[in-house]
Amino acid sequence: MTRMTRRELGRLAAGATVIAAAPGLAFAQPANPIRIGYSMSLSGGLAPNGRSSLLAHKIWQEDVNARGGINGRPVELVYYDDQSAPANVPGLYTKLLDVDRVDIVTSSYATVMIAPSMPVVMQRGMAYVSLFGAGVNEAFKYDRYFSMNVTGDDIRSTYARGFFEVAAKLPTPPRTLAILAVDNEFAQKAADSARFLGRQRGLRIVYDRSYPPTTVDFAPTVRALAATRPDLVFLGSYPPDSNGLLRAISELRLSAQMLGGGMVGPQIAAVQAQLGPILNNLVNWDVYSNEPTMDFPGVRAFQEKYRARAAAEQVDVLGNYLQPYAYAQMQVIEQALARVGKPDQAALAADMHANVFKTVVGDLKFGASGEWAEPRNLLVQFQGITDGDLEKYKRPGAKVILYPESLKSGELRAPYGAPA
Amino acid sequence: MDGGDLILLLNGVVSGLLIGGIYAAAAAGLAISFGMLDIVNIAHPALMVAGGFLTVLLGTALGIDPLLAALLLAVPFYLLGTAIYAMYHHFFERRGDEALQGLAFFFGVMFIIEVGLVMAFGPEQRFLDPAYAYVTLRLGEVDVPLRMLVPGLFAMAAIGALWLFLRRSFTGLAIAAVAQDAEALRLMAVNPVRIKRFAFGLSIALAAIAGGALVVVQPVEPSSGQVFIGRVFAVCIMGGMGSLPGCILAAFLFGVVENVTATFYGPSWSPAVAFGWLLLVLAFRPQGLFGKLA
Repeated sequence: MTRMTRRELGRLAAGATVIAAAPGLAFAQPANPIRIGYSMSLSGGLAPNGRSSLLAHKIWQEDVNARGGINGRPVELVYYDDQSAPANVPGLYTKLLDVDRVDIVTSSYATVMIAPSMPVVMQRGMAYVSLFGAGVNEAFKYDRYFSMNVTGDDIRSTYARGFFEVAAKLPTPPRTLAILAVDNEFAQKAADSARFLGRQRGLRIVYDRSYPPTTVDFAPTVRALAATRPDLVFLGSYPPDSNGLLRAISELRLSAQMLGGGMVGPQIAAVQAQLGPILNNLVNWDVYSNEPTMDFPGVRAFQEKYRARAAAEQVDVLGNYLQPYAYAQMQVIEQALARVGKPDQAALAADMHANVFKTVVGDLKFGASGEWAEPRNLLVQFQGITDGDLEKYKRPGAKVILYPESLKSGELRAPYGAPA
Repeated sequence: MDGGDLILLLNGVVSGLLIGGIYAAAAAGLAISFGMLDIVNIAHPALMVAGGFLTVLLGTALGIDPLLAALLLAVPFYLLGTAIYAMYHHFFERRGDEALQGLAFFFGVMFIIEVGLVMAFGPEQRFLDPAYAYVTLRLGEVDVPLRMLVPGLFAMAAIGALWLFLRRSFTGLAIAAVAQDAEALRLMAVNPVRIKRFAFGLSIALAAIAGGALVVVQPVEPSSGQVFIGRVFAVCIMGGMGSLPGCILAAFLFGVVENVTATFYGPSWSPAVAFGWLLLVLAFRPQGLFGKLA
C-alpha cells in the first residue's frame, strides 16, 4: 500500500475543495439581485396563514425569475419568522434594513403584525405594501403605505354592508340582530360595522357581546344568544374559535334567517373539512371564491401551482383565501419596480398611488390612505354542503358570491340551519 | 328568575360540568407533577397538545377511536416523561437549581414542543372526529353533546384509576410519601428519585390521555396549549395541589362558574369571575379545597 505524504494530502485536499466549490460557482445567483425583505409568522397562532402566504411569495419569485427577473435583476426573498409575536417585529425590520440592507420591505400577515413594523419602516422612508391589515394606516397616516386587503379605508361603513344588503332581500324583513365577536381588533371592527349598519337600517340589537380568545366552550354563549331569538346573527371570530362556535351552534340547533357575517375560519380548508355540512347556508365575509365571476387572469394558474405544493409544505391545501392576495402583493411591487426601474422609495410610492395594478385578484388601485380605492368585501354563502370533501371548493357552486352585485354568482338560501 | 332563565341556568351548569371534565383531564397530570412533586411543569399543556396531534396521527393510521389511540399513546408518553424527569433531575434538581432554572427548562420544553409540532405537522388545525362527536342527547330542556360527555367520562375513568393506584398500591403510597418527605422515604430504602421519575412519567401519560380527550372536543393546533396554561394551574391550586378529588371538584367548579357567567353576563366576564373565584377560595382556604396545611 502506497503511503501518502503530508504535502500530497494537502494537494488532494486543495483539489477536492476546488471541485466541491465548482457546482456552487456554476449555479451561483447572478450579481445584484433585488432583495425583498419581510417578517412572516411561520410559527405561533398566525402561522397557518403566514406559511401559506410565504408559499405564494415563493411561487411569485419563481415565476418572475423564470421571466428573467425585474428589469433583468433576479428577485431574492429575505424573510424571518416573527413567531406571531408583535414584539419581535420591530427588531426584525431593523435587521432587514440595517444589516441585510434589503431593497424593498413588505409586511407579515395581519394587522397585529403590520402595526409594530410601521415606525421602523416609516423612519427609513420605505414604500410598504402590507398583507391583510385592517385600518393600520388610520393612525400612522403614512403616505408610502399600501394595503393588500379588500376592506378599504372605511371599515365601519363598508365591511358588513353586504350582510345587510343581502338581508334586506329576505322574504320576511328581519327586525332583530345579534352580534357576537371575539376580543381582537379585526373582529371588533367587524362587529362595530355590523352595529353601525344594523342600527342605520332600524334593526333592534337583541344580543351584543364579546368573548375572550381563550374561550373553550361556546355552548353557554350560544344558548344565551339563541334565547333572544334573533332574525340575523352576525359573528366576528378567528379560526381557533370559529370551529367551536359553529359546532356549538349546530349542537344547540340555533337557526336564524341569516347567520355568519364576519367569521375568519370558514375560508380555511382545514375548517371546511372538519365542519362539513355545519357550514351549509352560512353567509360570511370572504375575499375569494372559485366562482366564474372571479376568474381573474392568472389566478387559476397560480392556484394550480400552489395546490400542487401545498400538501408537501403542510399549508392550506386549497389556497382560496389570502394566498392569491399574497401573490398579488408581490405583483404590485413587481409592476411598480418595472416602471420605476430602481428601488427608489419615493418614486415607487408615487407610482403605486398613480397606477392601476393588474393582479391575479383583479385590477386594483390604491386610494389616498393606501387602502384599496374601491373596497371589495365579498359576502359568500356555503351551499349544498353535505360533507367535508374539499374537492367541491375547487369548483364553482360550493361557495357562491351574494355580494357585491358585480361579482354575484348565486342567490341566497335561507334560513341557516336548513339541511342541504 | 323565569322559566327561560331556569333552563339557561340548568344548561349552564350541565355544560360547565362537561367542560370541567376536560379541565380535570388537563389538570390531573399537573396535580401530580406540580402538586405532589413540586415540579412547575409549565410545558404540561403543550405536552397535552402533542398528545392530541399524535392521537390524530395514530387514530387516522389505525382507524381507531381517538380515545383508544390516546390510551395507547399513554405508554410512550410515560417513557417520555421519565426521560424528561431524568434530564430535569440531572441538570437542575440534583444541584438544587430547580426553582428558577427548572422553570426556564420547562419553558424551553414548551417552546420546543410547539415549534416541533409546527415543523412536523404544519401549523394547520388537526382533528379526528368520531361519529358520536356529532350526536347531542336531549334530556328534556337540557342538551348534552357527546362530543363533551364521552371524553369527560373517559377522563374521569382515567383519573379514577390513577386515584385507586395512588391509594392502594405501595408505589402509589410512595409517591404520596415523596411529596411529603423524600428523606424519610430514603430511610425506608426506597429511592425517591426513582419514585419521582415514575410519578412524573405518570403525569405525562395523563397529558396524552387529556390530549386524546381534547381532540374529540375541538381541533388542535400547535399553540392550543397556551389557552389552558392559566386554567390548569388555577384548577390544580384551587383543588389543593396534590389532591386528585380536589382537582376534579375544582375543575367542575371552574367550568360551572365560567359557563354560568358566560350565560348570564357574557363570555367576556367568564375568566375574570372564574379566576376571582380562585382568589376567593384561596382567601378562605389557602391550602385549596382538599389541601392540607403544612
